[in-house]
Order: sequence, then structure tokens, then C-alpha cells
Amino acid sequence: MASKFDAIMARRGEIMRKALGMDYSEFELSPIAFDYERMMGAHGYSLDEIVSIQTRAGVGSTPLLELKNLTDLVRSISEPGKGARIFVKDEAANLAGAFKDRRASVSIFVAKEKGYEGVIAATSGNYGAAVASQAARNGLKCIIVQETFDSRHVGQPEIVEKGRICESYGAEVVQLTVGPELFFHMVELLDVTGYFAASLYSSFGVSGIETLGVEIAREMEHLTGAPPTHVVVTHAGGGNTTGTARGLECAGATDTQIVSASVDLSGLHMASDVDFNRKSFTTGHTGFGVPFATWPDRADVPRNAARPLRYIDRYLTVTQGEVFYITEAMAKLEGLERGPAGNTAMTAAVSLARDLPRDATVVVQETEYTGAGKHHWSQLNFAREMGVEVRAGDPAENVPGEVIVIPERIEQIRATDFDLARMRKSYIRNALRNAPEGYAPTSDDIEFLAADTKSDPDTVEATIAELREG
Amino acid sequence: MTDDIRAAREGDWVEIEVKLLDPADRSANLPPETAEKPLMMWVKGFAEGEAAVGEELAVETITGRRVVGTLSAVNPGYYITYGSPIPELTHVGRDLRARLAAFRRQEAGLAPGTPASPGAPAEGGER
Repeated sequence: MASKFDAIMARRGEIMRKALGMDYSEFELSPIAFDYERMMGAHGYSLDEIVSIQTRAGVGSTPLLELKNLTDLVRSISEPGKGARIFVKDEAANLAGAFKDRRASVSIFVAKEKGYEGVIAATSGNYGAAVASQAARNGLKCIIVQETFDSRHVGQPEIVEKGRICESYGAEVVQLTVGPELFFHMVELLDVTGYFAASLYSSFGVSGIETLGVEIAREMEHLTGAPPTHVVVTHAGGGNTTGTARGLECAGATDTQIVSASVDLSGLHMASDVDFNRKSFTTGHTGFGVPFATWPDRADVPRNAARPLRYIDRYLTVTQGEVFYITEAMAKLEGLERGPAGNTAMTAAVSLARDLPRDATVVVQETEYTGAGKHHWSQLNFAREMGVEVRAGDPAENVPGEVIVIPERIEQIRATDFDLARMRKSYIRNALRNAPEGYAPTSDDIEFLAADTKSDPDTVEATIAELREG
Repeated sequence: MTDDIRAAREGDWVEIEVKLLDPADRSANLPPETAEKPLMMWVKGFAEGEAAVGEELAVETITGRRVVGTLSAVNPGYYITYGSPIPELTHVGRDLRARLAAFRRQEAGLAPGTPASPGAPAEGGER
């Protein structure tokens, strides 16, 4: 059929405009540049108003805990004088169990204000639970569209749990097999229902995360007398990095290093029906982290509010086995049984803190709830059922989809630096590719690309010249 | 468990299966193992009539949408579990607590085997 698919996608712009209640074209400056800050502020809510929306929603003001046992453990494997203090923001204490509640609380508030009858979000993650929970409190209908099953109808246990919790909050959960056409079905549902698109990547959602950065800066000042030297963020679509960094900046913590962290899933294809149930992680991995950082506007909104390359100072990857080891260690040493997302950043933080002086302070900025399906034991048992080998050994031997290697000793945990220069170049390549053929970037475009990659105009120009030659 | 119920009556909470896209209509650039499969969907709702598993049935979803598909389950459950503890992880807590206690003794300049802080458990951190 010159199918239903094509018919819906042809009307995509019009449907999304109606569903977002916002016309993104007013922020466009050229085929490359747009006014990011104007878009972020277009909702008109001040930070204080967002705090107030979230307080009423049961979101925010989560505990910031110092992890003294983990810190000493890291010091036990560090060079003399090394081993930074490690802290964690226990975001699992939000209403539906994750920092995603910050995003959803603002999106749902906006949907209600604008008079929509319901909301739709495409997410296989905690954002679904967050949207469903906030929609329930606000009396809005809610549809969550998930990629849940492989073609044999075998569900990823973590996503099955997320489906369960959404249904528990009264949402309709539409569960699909693997494939990017999920987006097509979401657009079709928006068209049929007229509901609000509670996109993960709207300025509403990402503004909601800024309060997390602000809280971290203020609470660390209270606890240690200064903002943290480093904040480690689990990185997937980029909203977490973007919102947290913007909040820190807003609170004056301009010297804090932003370290994003993802689980290395290199070699696995995100649209593969076979790889789908061999990933052992449903988010916080390089399969989202790299493509979304290098081309944020692949998202379900015309311009993505999550633009992580604007903020990242370092990008660390860790292996699956290392994250499972740290997840187990966190429960046993710190009494924090939490899900995989925050523990990805925690794993990177262990490696990072080891190399920093003792007076440095490292904040892992989220935890998430855990439970059957999300728990690391569930994932590892499921991995074995799917034919993935699980063994103890050197985590450097971990091969995503083939073998998960659980470290034997904490010293073996070593994060790897991902080449940010390569990511910036790849972003610029994508920006040029998405402009009309033959379009020559203006000096305003160069400025925009420099800001969007935390770089400078000279570097951008050099990169463009290099891309043209290559 | 009610997953073994093979037929739905009107008003039952059920799951239906719908083929959204045939392989030929799927997005370009999919890996072959995905491209050769249809895009399938499952959704739950209240049965609008009677049907046996495998037969066509319309449901009204919890948001009030009407969707037609094939009955795949009646009152389907959630059977995700934790499973058994992972043998490669069972030693982690014991080993790390011992290591922490040894480090704290060393930092306090005490001989191995002496508690770092008498009266307090060696691994107990303050908050």
C-alpha cells in the first residue's frame, strides 16, 4: 500500500503542531540555526513556577545522600590522596520512582492548562510511568506507546514491568514489536484522539529537569560549602544531561564538570528484532546516547530541547557487567536497592572518583525504582535465557549481546572516555546534511553550531572544511 | 492464574493482537531480521462481544478507544520475576564489606584485625 504509513507521515507536521500546542517554526533562524533559548523559554514559566508545579505534583526535593562507604571503598583502590567524595540524588523518591517525574509533571500541567482531554507519549522507559502517574492525578486520559516485544512476543522484562506500572496508573498501554515505525503509530494515535503529545523532548519536559540541577547545586553548598566539582549523568536521549546542566548553570554552579555516562552497547542494532532482547539495558546506553547527541533533531518534535553536546564536558562509557556489579554493591554497601539507570552513572562515578583528589565532590544525579523485571537479577537471568553468556572475569572482555562479564574485583571497574571531538564532528556533519543541498552556512550558523557543540567558531569552520574535503 | 481462559465474554478484560504493518510496508533501512517481520501491536480493553482466542474481537480500551483485532488473551497477567540470585554476584557484598573494614583499620593506623571504631560496626557509615 502507498500505505497508511505514508499517508500519516505526510501529515506529520500538521498533526504534531496541533498535538504540541506550539509552533516551532517561529524559532527557526535558517536551515541550520534556531533560537534555542527562546524556544526553551516559550512556555513562559519561571523556575520558581516550575518548582511550585512540581511540589504540588509530588515531585522534587529528593534526598541528597553522601555515600561514605562507597567513597572509602574507592579510596581503598586509589593512589594516595585520591578518591573523591561520592554523593547521590535519590530521585527514586519522586512520585512514580524516577527523575522522569520532573519532566512529566510540567508536560501534564501544560496539557491540562491548554485543555487537552488526554496525553500520549512514546516511551519504553520510566517516563511512561511518570506521565501515567501525573495524568492520573490530573484526571487526564493517557496512552503510552511502547516497543515491548520481539517478533516471538517475548517481552523485555524491564519494559514489561514499565507497561505494568503504566496500566496500574490507569494508562492505556499500546505494545509493539521492534521497529522505528512506533513513531508512525504514535502520530496516528495523536491524530485520532486529539490528545497532547507529551514528548520527552519538548521544552516543557526538559525545563522540568532544570530543578534537579538547581537542587544539587544548593544542597551541595549546604553540605560541603560549594557546588559539586563533578556531576555524573546517565545519558540516553540527552534530556537528563541538558536539564541538569542548565539547572546547575542557573544556580551559578558554572565550574561544575558535566560528565555523561552510558552503557556501551556497541555492535548491537537498535532496530534489530534479534538484538532487542540481548541488550540487558533498555536505556542509558550508547544506542540512544550517541545518535541523539550527534543528531538531536531525530526526535518526535521539530526541534529537540535536549541538546547534550551543548553541555557535556566528558562522556564515559561503562560495560554491562560493571553496572550489574555496582548495582549489587550499592544495595549491599549503601542500603540503596535501585534500578539500572542511575547505577550506570554510579559505575562511571566509581571510576572517575578514583582518579580525582579527595577533596573533589562527585554527585550521581539520579536513582530509579527497581522491582521484578527491572532488577539486575531479572536482567541477568533473562540474558542467560536469551543465550547470552554471563560469567565472572575481566570486564574488558564484555561483548554486548554475546557475553556479560561481571568484574571479580572493584579495581577492574574502569570507564572509557568516548571521543567528544568525534561526536561534535558527527553532529556538524548531520546538521549540514539536513540543510538543503548546496546551502552555505552563514556566520550566524557557525555561531549556532559552536554553541550547540560547546565549541568555538574556528573549530566549527575547520570541521566544516575537513568534512568538505573528506 | 487466568491466562489459560480460552474465550472471552462481553465485558471481560482482554488483550487483542493487531498487525499494524506488513513486511512490505515497513520502513526502509531496517536490518533484515526486522524487515521480514510484520509490525505487531497488542492492546488491552473490555471485550465488546464473545470470542475464542484467535478469533476477531473489538475492544473498548481504558481511554475509550475502539480497536479491532484478534483475541490473544483473557485477563492477561504479568509474570516477570527476579529469578534466582546470580552466583557471580553473591560474593560481592561480603567481599566489599570486608575490604572496607580493612581499609578503615589501615586508615586509622590500626593493626589488621582490630575494629576501626570500637562499638560501631566496621562497615557502618554515618549519614
